[in-house]
Order: sequence, then C-alpha cells, then structure tokens
Amino acid sequence: MTLTKENAEKYLLQMYQIRAFEEQAEKSYMAGKIHGTMHLSIGQEASAVGSISTLEPTDYIIGHHRGHGLTIAKGADLNLMMAEFYGKANGYCRGRGGSMHIADIKGGNLGANGVVGGGLPLAVGIGIGLKMEAENRVLLCFFGDGAASTGAFHESMILAELYQVPVVFVCENNQYAMSFASRDWTTSKKIAAHGEVYGLTSTATDGNNLIEVRDAVQMGVDRARGGGGPSLVVNDTYRWRGHSKSDRNRYRTNEEIEAWKKKDPILKFRKYCKTEKLITDEKAEEIKKKAYADIESARVFAESSPEPDVQTLEEGVYAP
Amino acid sequence: MREISYLEAVREAMTQEMERDPRVFLIGEDIGEYGGAFQVSYGMLEEFGHERILDTPITELGLTGAATGAALIGMRPIAEIMFMDFTTLASEQLVNQAAKLRYMFGGQSTVPMVLRTPAGSGTGAAEHHSQSFENWFVHVPGLKVAMPSTPYDAKGLLISSIRDNNPVVFIEHKLLYKTKGEVPEEPYEIPLGQADIKREGKDLTIIATAIMVKKSQEAAEQLAQEGIDVEIVDPRTLRPLDTETIVNSVKKTGKVLIVHEAVKTGGFGGELAGVIAESEAFGYLEAPILRLAGREVPIPYNRNLERAAVPQVEDIIEKARQLATLKV
Repeated sequence: MTLTKENAEKYLLQMYQIRAFEEQAEKSYMAGKIHGTMHLSIGQEASAVGSISTLEPTDYIIGHHRGHGLTIAKGADLNLMMAEFYGKANGYCRGRGGSMHIADIKGGNLGANGVVGGGLPLAVGIGIGLKMEAENRVLLCFFGDGAASTGAFHESMILAELYQVPVVFVCENNQYAMSFASRDWTTSKKIAAHGEVYGLTSTATDGNNLIEVRDAVQMGVDRARGGGGPSLVVNDTYRWRGHSKSDRNRYRTNEEIEAWKKKDPILKFRKYCKTEKLITDEKAEEIKKKAYADIESARVFAESSPEPDVQTLEEGVYAP
Repeated sequence: MREISYLEAVREAMTQEMERDPRVFLIGEDIGEYGGAFQVSYGMLEEFGHERILDTPITELGLTGAATGAALIGMRPIAEIMFMDFTTLASEQLVNQAAKLRYMFGGQSTVPMVLRTPAGSGTGAAEHHSQSFENWFVHVPGLKVAMPSTPYDAKGLLISSIRDNNPVVFIEHKLLYKTKGEVPEEPYEIPLGQADIKREGKDLTIIATAIMVKKSQEAAEQLAQEGIDVEIVDPRTLRPLDTETIVNSVKKTGKVLIVHEAVKTGGFGGELAGVIAESEAFGYLEAPILRLAGREVPIPYNRNLERAAVPQVEDIIEKARQLATLKV
C-alpha cells in the first residue's frame, strides 16, 4: 500500500509520542511519583501504530497490560492518559484503573487488561455484537506471546472462527512472557500456525517494520469488514525494557538487547521515509521534538491534576 | 391464574425479553436443538434462529467472555453455564472482567449481561454436577446474585436481571425446575434487592434460599401442628441484599434459623448472621442465631449419602424445634 506524506508524518509522530510517553513513565516512576508498576512497550511502537493505522475512528481496539502504545495509536488524549497513569481524578478512568486498565470507550479503545489473555474472549463477544449491530465496524484485539499459550486464546480462536466475527487478532510477540522465552515453546510463525489450525487466515510479520505490519493487518481488516471473518497477525518484535519494574533481566543478555535496539522500529521507519522522500531528517527531528513536547505538557497536566476524592471510592461499581 | 413450572417461567422470561429487545441473545452449550441440558431453552431456536441462540462448543471461559464483550458494546446477552460446577471454568471472565470493567474504566462502560446456571444436589449427579457456589460470586463487588425459589420469582427476577445494567449471576435450582406455581402471562419485574416473606409467623424466622425455601415451607406446616409459628424470609437476591426485611422479621420473632444448601463454612449464612448481629435486631434476639447448611463434604453419589449432605425437611424441623426452646 502506498503511504501518503501526511500519514507518514502522523505515524512517526505517534511512534515518537509512544516512546516519549514510556520514557516519561519510567522517569516519573524513578522519581517516586508513580504508585504501583508499569509495563513499557519501548521497541514495539511499529506494531501498535502500524496495526491501528488501518482502522476508521469508529472501529474498536481491545488491548493487553502493555497497552500505552496502543492507547496513543488509537488517538487518546495524552493529557487524560497521563493523568490516569498518575492515578488522578480527571484521568480516563478517574484513577481507578491506572497503567494496566486505561480505556477510552468513546474513542473506541475498550481497554487494557491486567489478565494475560483476558481480552481474547471479550473480543469474540465484541465481534458478535459488531455483527449484530451490522454497522460494518471491526475490532483489533491485541495480545502477547504469553497469552498465546493460554486456554483463553485457543477457545477464542475456535469461537471467533465459528461465529465469523469481524476481528483481527494481533499477537505482539515481544519474545518473553515475563521471563519465559517464547522461543522455548514457539515462534511467531508457530503462533500464526495456531490460528491456521482453527481456520483463521494467519500471517507473521517483522513487527518492527511499520509498513509490513500495516499491510498485513490491513488485509485482515478488509476481510473482517467484508464479512470474511477473523484473522490473525503475529508481529515479531521486542521489548527493550524489563517485563515490569520488578525485572532484573536475568533471563536475557545485554548483547541480545543491544542487537534488537539496532532494529529500532522508529529508525527503521525514518530510513524508509527518507528513501521514499516522504520525510526529511530535518522534518523527522521536528516531529520528534513535537512528540516529546506533547508528553511534557501531558506530564505537567497530570502532575497539576487533582487526586480523586476518597469520598468517591464506591462510585462506579454498579451502573444505575 | 394459570400455573406453569419454574423451568417454563425462566423460558418465558427469556422469550418475552428477546421479543421486546433485539439486543438480548442467548449463548451457551447445547442450548439450540438440544434445548439445554435441562430443556430450559427448548423451542427457542425455532423462534429466534441461530443468530440469537448461539450454541457453543465446550468453552465455558470463552462463552462467558463472549457474553461480557458483547455486553461491553451494548448487547444484552444471557449466557448459560450448564452446571454451576462449571462456573469454575468461567470465573476468570466473570470475576475479573465482567464484574470489574465498569469500575476500572472509571464508569465509562456498562456490562448488562446475565449468567444463568443451575445449582444444587439431589439428582444423583455426584461431585461435579451438584454444587452451590453462590457465595463465591456474592463476594465480588460488581456482580449481582439472584436465586429464585418459585416460578413467580424466577420470571420476575430474570426479567429484572436482563434489564439490569450490571452483570447478574442468576442461579436456578435443578430440583425446582418442575415445581409449579402461579405466574402472570405478561412480563413483570421483581426488583433485585427485594426479599419476600414466604410465610408469616411470630415464633421464629427461617431465612432460606432456593430449594430450602420450599423445604422450610413443608417444615413450617409440620411445626405449626406442634404450635411453632414460623416466618419464612426468602432474600431472593443475595447481592444486593434486602437487609431491612430480614432485620424487621428477626425483630418481630426474636429468633432466627438460616437454611441453605451450600456448605456451611464460608456460606451465605455466615453473612446473614453477621448482618443480623450488626443490626438493631441484635437487641431483640432471644436465642443464638442458628445455621443449618450443607455438610463439610463434596456431594457424594449414593442416594442416602447425597441426601445426608444437605438439609432435609426433617433436619429443618428438628433445628427449628431446638431453636424454639433455646434461650440466650
């Protein structure tokens, strides 16, 4: 698919916003400003942006616990997102969800999920609902290589194919389920094969190549929108940071991390855009600067936002 | 008024709600041509077709999550888990997802779904098809739990559950499916959180759920002949709980016996006892709060053993007689 200059700039901006958000998240944590933990997606930006670039604004995504990038790619308000990360009253979830549960329902983001594989069965039902409402909307369901070993994944593949739901399942294979190396039991190609076993058209991509991701997911989105049912795309990528803040990186070598950093999805996309004469180095630096400035103002917004009132603790458990 | 069975009342509630609201659909194992393991949805496939009667392979986790996901975007699914024992397989999606999506998203979404499931022993189906897990779900903020004991309550509570904007665990008792009672033909709602006094009396209160309401009614007839006048309170929904009706009854009689089929330790009876003890009814108690509940065993196969594992009419009579003479 051809890439317009406008889209190229948008995707580069989103990738830099994700990188900047994650770096800021880490800094805020180190400065003792963040309560709890977080799961950073630095190194996986092309998978999030490339996949979600195929959607219309009215389409849906549902994510996983490493979901900051997905949320930004779906067009979240960075201020409200950062405020939620800080647990503030004006965050997307009023400080109830935090890093692992950011959702923007109006924006079509049905939420990150704290249970590995937790979003997969939900995706089947969202797909059933989308089919019933018949408005030609589709869903991208993101999960990781860790989720690919769960029973929820296999049940969901079977049900998705049975009901021919308009869903593209996107596996972000970042190589590790916490410390467990996915290479010890599977590969991206094999995860894709699991989709095929159940009848889903499945592909594995270089998940650090935005164009490749976008093309593969676009095929799935077109199929889903055309009534052709679900498909599976496995993006082969890598998380530069640890699983969460408790990670001591005992299960992998620095050489391995450095080797993957050489496959930086942002630099890869910049190189492509330069070759295709879509974005000059100068323009790219300008975009990068804007992304970091956007995140800096989100930080200021979040830090100056109010804490939730403890009196509101029980609000929102039940709907009226 | 016409009489129909508890099973027919459940079916009628689902049918009428599906006719009224195109967002309502059924999803579960063998609920289509087979009609469900207990025939609750028998005949509904003919009326509503495969688009709204979604038969699934054996995927309790998957189908419960599918119901939750559909509810998240505005559908109103009714999931059936064939036996309550199998809610163990579904509980990740029910407890972690359905119950929490609204709260953890700061109130941005609603999850209007019902998970129907038959509980209870007495069918000779042994350990894996006889359990009563209601209290596991009562323990989860975000869920509502309904447990009807009559055909009338089954229809009214199910209609309310389907129309409710929250996930409701709707627990049916297998031995009640064939029991008959008066049920209006038109749709009606029984509010979730409204107990019902199934029998008025002045000497002692029995708080009972599901099949134990029926057994307590039989026991009460016998006890009446002995001069013990029993009041029976059926909470009907365990979450939310109508504490007012319970407290008022205990204040009136001064004595209370709690009867349920689920195992006593960690069962709902403990919660009821706590609610009473913390309330103004405490000062009216003329005897300790007594509980009669399932024994501390898995449900066994042998008929006599199975019968002995849960309260029977004669056990309720004996316990009530004991309570009648007990003093603080």
